Amino acid sequence: MGRANLTGVCALALFVLVFPFGARLLGVSHYTDIMIFVGLSSMMTMGLSLLMGYAGQISLGHAAFYGLGAYTSGILSAKFAVNPWLAMLLGALLSALVAVVVGSPSLKLRGHYLAMATLAFGEIIFIVINGWIALTDGPDGFGNIPSLSAFAFGFDSISSNYYLVWSVVIAMLVFVLNVIHSRVGRALMAIHGSEVAAMAMGVHAAAYKIQIFIVSAVMASLAGSLYAHYVQFINPPVFGLFFSIKLVMMVVIGGMNSVWGAILGAALITFLPEWLLFFEDFDVLAYGMILLLIIMFLPKGLVSLPAAVYRLAKTGGTRAG
Amino acid sequence: MEGYGLTNQLLQYAITGVTVGSIYAIVAIGFNIIYNATEIINFAQGEFVMLGGLVMISLVHSAGLPMPLAFAATICVVTCVGLLMERLAVFPLRKSTVIRLVIVTIAVSILLKGLAMFAWGKNPFALRSFSGDAPLPFFGATVVPQTLWIVGITVVLVFLLSLFFKKTILGKAMSACAVNPDAASLVGIKVQRMVMLSFMLSAGLGAVAGIIISPVSLMEYDRGSLLGLKGFGAGILGGLGSSYGAVVAGVLLGLIESFGAGLVSSTYKDAIGLGVLLLVLFIKPSGLFGSAEVSKLKKF
Repeated sequence: MGRANLTGVCALALFVLVFPFGARLLGVSHYTDIMIFVGLSSMMTMGLSLLMGYAGQISLGHAAFYGLGAYTSGILSAKFAVNPWLAMLLGALLSALVAVVVGSPSLKLRGHYLAMATLAFGEIIFIVINGWIALTDGPDGFGNIPSLSAFAFGFDSISSNYYLVWSVVIAMLVFVLNVIHSRVGRALMAIHGSEVAAMAMGVHAAAYKIQIFIVSAVMASLAGSLYAHYVQFINPPVFGLFFSIKLVMMVVIGGMNSVWGAILGAALITFLPEWLLFFEDFDVLAYGMILLLIIMFLPKGLVSLPAAVYRLAKTGGTRAG
Repeated sequence: MEGYGLTNQLLQYAITGVTVGSIYAIVAIGFNIIYNATEIINFAQGEFVMLGGLVMISLVHSAGLPMPLAFAATICVVTCVGLLMERLAVFPLRKSTVIRLVIVTIAVSILLKGLAMFAWGKNPFALRSFSGDAPLPFFGATVVPQTLWIVGITVVLVFLLSLFFKKTILGKAMSACAVNPDAASLVGIKVQRMVMLSFMLSAGLGAVAGIIISPVSLMEYDRGSLLGLKGFGAGILGGLGSSYGAVVAGVLLGLIESFGAGLVSSTYKDAIGLGVLLLVLFIKPSGLFGSAEVSKLKKF
């Protein structure tokens, strides 16, 4: 995993630990709630960053796996009294299965064709969630989803869910960092560089691509389950195409070639609407403008911001001197 | 008698399908023009359609311009939006990766949607039909005159575009860039100029689609995204870069949707269209009329 990343993980864990106290001190305690959504999005963007930044494959359908997780958990635990943890596990299994079925033919596609195929898959799942009213209650959604609990402890408050979600994020982060710095990670980067060259070197490209697709689907599914048990109410709009596009945007804005970027991007895009409340009706415009500026002026994403600032300060300094 | 009724109904579905399909086809051709010049998919294509409809509605109903004049003015306005988009957001990133440029077009589409929400609000508007609303009988089914306008204008557009790309120097230069930008610049074609033109042409086409569809379906600030997605689907189904494929696939997608809604279920009509699209891609990964050899040469 490397020393720099180990330090990073420890720093993030520390930040996560003290964040709720800091937020309360600064009088913005509702930030803790927003941070839960940052965590949930991070679980998905980390998987997507493996898929996009390392394996070079795009997916515009990941909100569907988020939806599969949330609806499996929600339906099983609220309507069939299945244990929430078991429901979460079954959701992950279902997502993995769907990822195999959809992924094997899709990942043969390239570029925009793959984007369209994953988009079509995501929309089909979305339409089914909306249309299968007997099971999902359709556009109205349904509530009464039980919260998670371990032994006598119930994850029914904001702060307990916050720590639960971020523990999972950090566990996933460690897992993803290990994948990147393993044989699999190097193989993925080779595939991204040139699939033909990678295959000539004996890398089984198709197998690696499908494995990463499954991993990212399961991560999204777990995020969906956690969402369902935290909010305790689910309805379709959350799982639509717009969210899939937003996830891809988080990855690109954070920095496609870095898992840290995936978390940064998730944080910025999730917090942005909150900070833009100040603009009132102009918030959509400001949102679009900020996205545009970041993509245009930070080619390597938010993770490259410190380096860019440093460079700017340095050249500015020489010019002044 | 019942069989006769069913035939009529099927004919009616077909008419609806061809009408909607024509719009998808125009949007898909718009995607193709930009794709050919740059390899990017312009996610703001649907916003060009939306702007076309809304600008036209303002010019006709608020400014009181006569239809043909408003038609031309709307196309000019939206073409300028396309030009601005290329100059301000795409040109500065010309050396960048395809995926970053695609994300830029998504950001532009959010921005355009926001601007439209300010200018026109959130309510849908209707445009007066080009020539009345009295339905015409058509072999037992009925056709509203606007349908004829939509299909007619689509046919004329496709004809004019193929003339442009095959017969004019400018069109040939644009086609050359699509085949190989490096070779095109070697023979003296200004590739970047062609990219700019592709955005203008594509925006103008989008505007036409928005204008002609507004009388039959209303237009509001966020209607463009869905039309854009359907057009993207049609473009992929036909094989990116193939204008012929875009027209066939657009009409096909319109027909599948219309028959799917009428015969199977209106809830699942979009799912049926997308399902067919997925199946085609699984069998033929580069679309109906796309070439696998060509798509292997693409950077993305």
